[in-house]
Amino acid sequence: MMESLVHVCLAGISAGMFIWLVASGLTLIFGVLRVLNFAHGSFYMLGAYLCYTCLKFLGIDFWLGVIVGPLAVCVVGYVMERYLLRQVYDLELPYQLLLTFAVVLIADELVKIIWGAGSIGSPTVPGLAGSVQIVGRNFPVYNIFIMVIGPLVALALWALLEKSWWGRIIRAAASDREMAAAIGVRVPSLYTGVFVFGAWLSALGGALAVPYVGLLTTGMGEAVIINAFVVVVIGGLGSLKGAFLGALFIGLLNSFGTRFIPALDMFLTFILMGVVLLWRPQGFFAGVDR
Amino acid sequence: MLEVEKINTYYDTSHVLQNVSLKVAAGQSVALLGRNGAGKTTTLRSIMGLTPAKTGSINFEGKQIRGMQPYEIAKSGVSYMPDDLRVFVDLTCEENLEIARRVCKRSGHWTREKVEELFPVLADRRKQKGLSFSGGEKKMLSLGRALMMNPSLVLLDEPSEGLAPLVVRKLIETIGEIRRRGLTLLLADQNLKFCRQVCEYGYILEKGTVVHEGSMEAIWANDEVVKRYLAV
Repeated sequence: MMESLVHVCLAGISAGMFIWLVASGLTLIFGVLRVLNFAHGSFYMLGAYLCYTCLKFLGIDFWLGVIVGPLAVCVVGYVMERYLLRQVYDLELPYQLLLTFAVVLIADELVKIIWGAGSIGSPTVPGLAGSVQIVGRNFPVYNIFIMVIGPLVALALWALLEKSWWGRIIRAAASDREMAAAIGVRVPSLYTGVFVFGAWLSALGGALAVPYVGLLTTGMGEAVIINAFVVVVIGGLGSLKGAFLGALFIGLLNSFGTRFIPALDMFLTFILMGVVLLWRPQGFFAGVDR
Repeated sequence: MLEVEKINTYYDTSHVLQNVSLKVAAGQSVALLGRNGAGKTTTLRSIMGLTPAKTGSINFEGKQIRGMQPYEIAKSGVSYMPDDLRVFVDLTCEENLEIARRVCKRSGHWTREKVEELFPVLADRRKQKGLSFSGGEKKMLSLGRALMMNPSLVLLDEPSEGLAPLVVRKLIETIGEIRRRGLTLLLADQNLKFCRQVCEYGYILEKGTVVHEGSMEAIWANDEVVKRYLAV
């Protein structure tokens, strides 16, 4: 029983780290641009497929794929912000949601056209392929690596936002975009930068997920975006700290749910979100205030 | 230095500024007077590009700035202290000041040390976040931030509003000090007495149009104008 609990925890934490990578970009983009980007999961999916393509068809190293794939997604993010989202900033929220949802559908279809509708078996990572014994059971080394990467990204993001001038400018623009413009911040470029950066984070999650998920499917973006949305809502819109803790929590909840009450597996996240919203509608860490 | 000519500004469909024209010469300090809702704030916001004027011309140091983005206007040397101050609440006092200098990238007299000399309380509260500041402190921080951009023209919205008489006296000294550094000022304020002490020239706005202009002494002495446009 004890071993089982430990492993359910470990599985939950590693799953949570992927949700975190997606949720971090999602919440950052919301905090600054005030856009809820449904297509954020598509960046995750594209990151995974592009990374996979790099190693499968271009024959390059997995680690190089983790760098190249997300960078390619940055280009997609740039085009999306610059030529699509920018048209709807001044319109009501439903237009943003419709637009980003349209991007989800387009991305899914494109992936089907390019890579085919079927699933692709994903490769293992040289160097991190084995597993280690933890309390009497095997645990993949790669998952341990993911459990290290997640907090490292969190730390790096924290340092970037709190300690760098780029981060301070982002925080200033998030709290008052008009005043930021009045002191000379080029707000449209800042928006593009933040959006591209958020897309990169999500795509990095996708690329790192390639050896983890075992299968790449066009639905993988949607699966992760739903969890990420729940995380961002319960953590507090725009709060990175909330997103990190929320992702850990959802990861663990899913893991325990699957193990102990499989019948309620899908519902648990939403029950939790409902409860949190009733109890603390602003989330646990109310984000960047206007 | 600044020539505003016949600008028209709208909020949605309401025509807020109607053919407003005014001039500010280099080194001058000019007041925009008028009651609440006369269009003072909108005039400043139009100059800053935050509520862009639809028609007319705004010439600043020989350059047409109407239609330019606020950040371009800021970088060309106009800074703005809004009436609600708009300190970045998530940043510390020090960061609020430094961010303006770094973003605007203009060099000149004003550094954080100089601003802290002018407002010693900002040095005491260097590491505190903007959220914790009192109204008076926010005003100093907002003004300090505007100075950190090393502008040639400063737009001040309601600088004397909500300040105790003693603090207003201090503000008058401060503005004198700022002007000795060669800054040009355009300020919107309802306090005629205050404006008379810091400005040479004034424009009176009512319902979005300039209804009177003249030297501050002439406006001060003109009982009829004061009663008609400024008395509350």
